[in-house]
Amino acid sequence: MKEEPGYYDYWPYHNRPKITWPNGAKVAFWVAPNIEFYELDPPDNPFRKPWPQPTPALPGYTSRDWGNRVGHTRQMELLDKYGIRGSISLSTALCDHHPEIIELCKERNWEFFSHGIYNTRYTYGMTEEQEREMIKDSMESIYKHTGQKCAGYLAPALSHSEFTLDLFAEVGTELFGDEAGFYTCDLFHDDQPTPIHLRSGKRFVSIPYSLEMNDTIAYLVQKTTPRNYGQALKENFDRLYQEGAESGTIMCIPTHNYQVTNAHRIKAYEEALEYITGHSDVWVTTGKEIAEYFMEHYYDVVNEDIGQKAKQYGNA
Amino acid sequence: MDKKQSSMGTLDDSYLNYPHRSYGMDHERYEWSMLKNRKPVAWPNGKKVAVWVNVGLQFFPLNQKGIPFKVPGGMTKPYPDLRHYTLRDYGNRVGIYRFLKAFDRYGVKPTFAMNTRLAEKYPYLLGLLKERQDEILSHGHHMDALHYGGQNPEEEKELVKTALDRLRNLTGQSVKGWISPAKNESMNTPDFLAEEGIAYFCDWANDAMPYNFKTKHGDLVAMPLSTELEDHFIILNNLHTAEDWGEQVKDAFAFLLEESQTMGGRILSLNIHPWVLGQPHRIGYLESVLEELAAHDAVWMATASEILESWKSQTA
Repeated sequence: MKEEPGYYDYWPYHNRPKITWPNGAKVAFWVAPNIEFYELDPPDNPFRKPWPQPTPALPGYTSRDWGNRVGHTRQMELLDKYGIRGSISLSTALCDHHPEIIELCKERNWEFFSHGIYNTRYTYGMTEEQEREMIKDSMESIYKHTGQKCAGYLAPALSHSEFTLDLFAEVGTELFGDEAGFYTCDLFHDDQPTPIHLRSGKRFVSIPYSLEMNDTIAYLVQKTTPRNYGQALKENFDRLYQEGAESGTIMCIPTHNYQVTNAHRIKAYEEALEYITGHSDVWVTTGKEIAEYFMEHYYDVVNEDIGQKAKQYGNA
Repeated sequence: MDKKQSSMGTLDDSYLNYPHRSYGMDHERYEWSMLKNRKPVAWPNGKKVAVWVNVGLQFFPLNQKGIPFKVPGGMTKPYPDLRHYTLRDYGNRVGIYRFLKAFDRYGVKPTFAMNTRLAEKYPYLLGLLKERQDEILSHGHHMDALHYGGQNPEEEKELVKTALDRLRNLTGQSVKGWISPAKNESMNTPDFLAEEGIAYFCDWANDAMPYNFKTKHGDLVAMPLSTELEDHFIILNNLHTAEDWGEQVKDAFAFLLEESQTMGGRILSLNIHPWVLGQPHRIGYLESVLEELAAHDAVWMATASEILESWKSQTA
C-alpha cells in the first residue's frame, strides 16, 4: 500500500495559468446522472456488503428500481427543459436490462461513460486481470449499445484498486486508441481539471465531479432538506462563477434518478438548474467535452506550470 | 447464485459472471415497466391526485429480540428500554386521538395499518376504529416479528397466518392489505401473503403507481406507499423538523398535481405514525398539510382499497 495515490502533483489554487472556456465562459457546467442497476441478490464481496439486510434488501433495491421506473423520465424532462445534455455514469448492465432508458438518452445525444457493470459489484478483491476484464466489458457494452467510445470512468460504487485509472486508460487505448479512456471522475482534489500521471504516460485528466454536490451524499449521508440542497447548489455555483472570472472553473451536479427526482425534491433541483443556466457566462456541456477542450487548449500549459512550481518549491 | 470466494480476500472468477444480465429485472416477480409508457389512469369525478393517508399503528415489544436486526423505531437501549417503549406507546394512547380529531375536522379518509398484537392489547382503540368503519390492513404480528431472508419458511408462513387470522377475527374486516414490519421481507413473503388472501401489499416501494406482482398463488398488487415521505424517515432518520416535513409534502403534492396534467392520475401516499407526528409540537404541521390537501379541488381523499379498486378497474 502507498502513502499517497501519486496521480498528481501539488498545484496551489492561486497564480495558476488562466483557463477560459468556449465563448469566454467562466464555469463549465455539467450534470452527471448516475443511471445504475443494483442487483437483488448480488454475490458476496469480502470487503463490502452490498446490502445491510439479508436478501431481499427491499429498502435499497426498491428505491433504485423506482429511479429507473419513475425518476429517470422526470430528470430527463427537466434537463431537456434547461438545455442540458446529461453525462451518464452508467452501470453498463443496464444496457441489457433497460434498453429503453439507453435509447432515450441516445436520442438526446447524451454522453455515456463507464460506472462498471453493476453498482453491486465492487472492485475490491479483484486481481488486475479481473479488473481489466470488467472495465473492458463495460466499455465494450457502451460501444455496442450506443456507438460511443467511452471517454470517462467512475468506478462502480466508487470502489477502486491501485490500478483502476491505469487499467481504464489502457483498455481505452487497446479498444479505441486515444479516442477513449482519457478522463476520470474518481478524484475530488480540485475545482479545475488536472493532468494525471499514469504508468503508460497516456494523456489523461481528472475532471471535477463533486461529491459535495452529489444528491446521494446530500440526501443519504448529510440528510439535508431539499430546499437546503437547492440552496447549496446555487451557492456552489455563485462562488465558482465568481472565481471563474479569474480562471475557468468546473461545476458538476452528480445525480441519481432515485434521489433528486422524488416529488418532494425535484422543485429544489429545478430551481437550481434554472438559476445556473440563467447566467450568461456558463458553458453547459458534458464531461467528455470539458476533458477534450482542456486537453487541446490547456493540458500542456498546465502541466508546464505544475512542473515549474514543483521544481521551484520542491514539491515531493 | 454462486457465492464462492477464496479465503485470501481475492475474488473467484465467478464474481465476473452475471447470470441475470438480460432484458428486464434480475428476478421474476414483476415486469420491467417505465411509468411514462403506461396508460394514464383517471380517478373518480375527474380528481387528479389520490391522497392516501396511511397510519401505522404499531406495537414495539419491550423484550425485543432483534432477529435478524433491530427494527427501525424499536428498542435501542439495554432492557428494559422504557424510554423507547413508552414513547412509542404514547402514539397509541395520545397521538392517535389527535390524528383522529384532525382527520375528522378536515374530512380525511385514513387507512390504518395495524399490528395484530396492538389490536389484541388495546380493544378500546380497535373498537373505535371498527365503529368508524375505516379500512384496516395488516402491519404484521408486531414490530419485532420481522420477515426476513433466511427465515424458516414454515415459521414465516405460520407468522403470516396467525397475524391475519387474528386480525380478521378481531376487526371483522376481510383485511386485504399488508405492510411487513420495517417493510422487510423474505423471498417467500409475497407467496405466503397471496396464499392467505392478501390482495395488495406495500413493501416494494419501487413505483409511483400500483403494479402487478407475481406470486405462486396468483398476483398481488404492489401499492406505492412512499418511504421517502414518511414522517419517521424525514423527521427521525433525516432529522428534519416537522415544518420541513410539511413543506416537503406540499412540494410533492404540487409536483404530482403538475405531472397529473399530462400523465394521468397520481397518488400522494403519506405513511404517518402517531408516535411521531402525534406530538403536541408536531401535530400542527400535520393539520396544516391535511387542511391544504383536503380543501384542494383536485384531491381525491381515498383509502388504499378504493385506490386499488379504481386502478384495477382501468387496467384489467
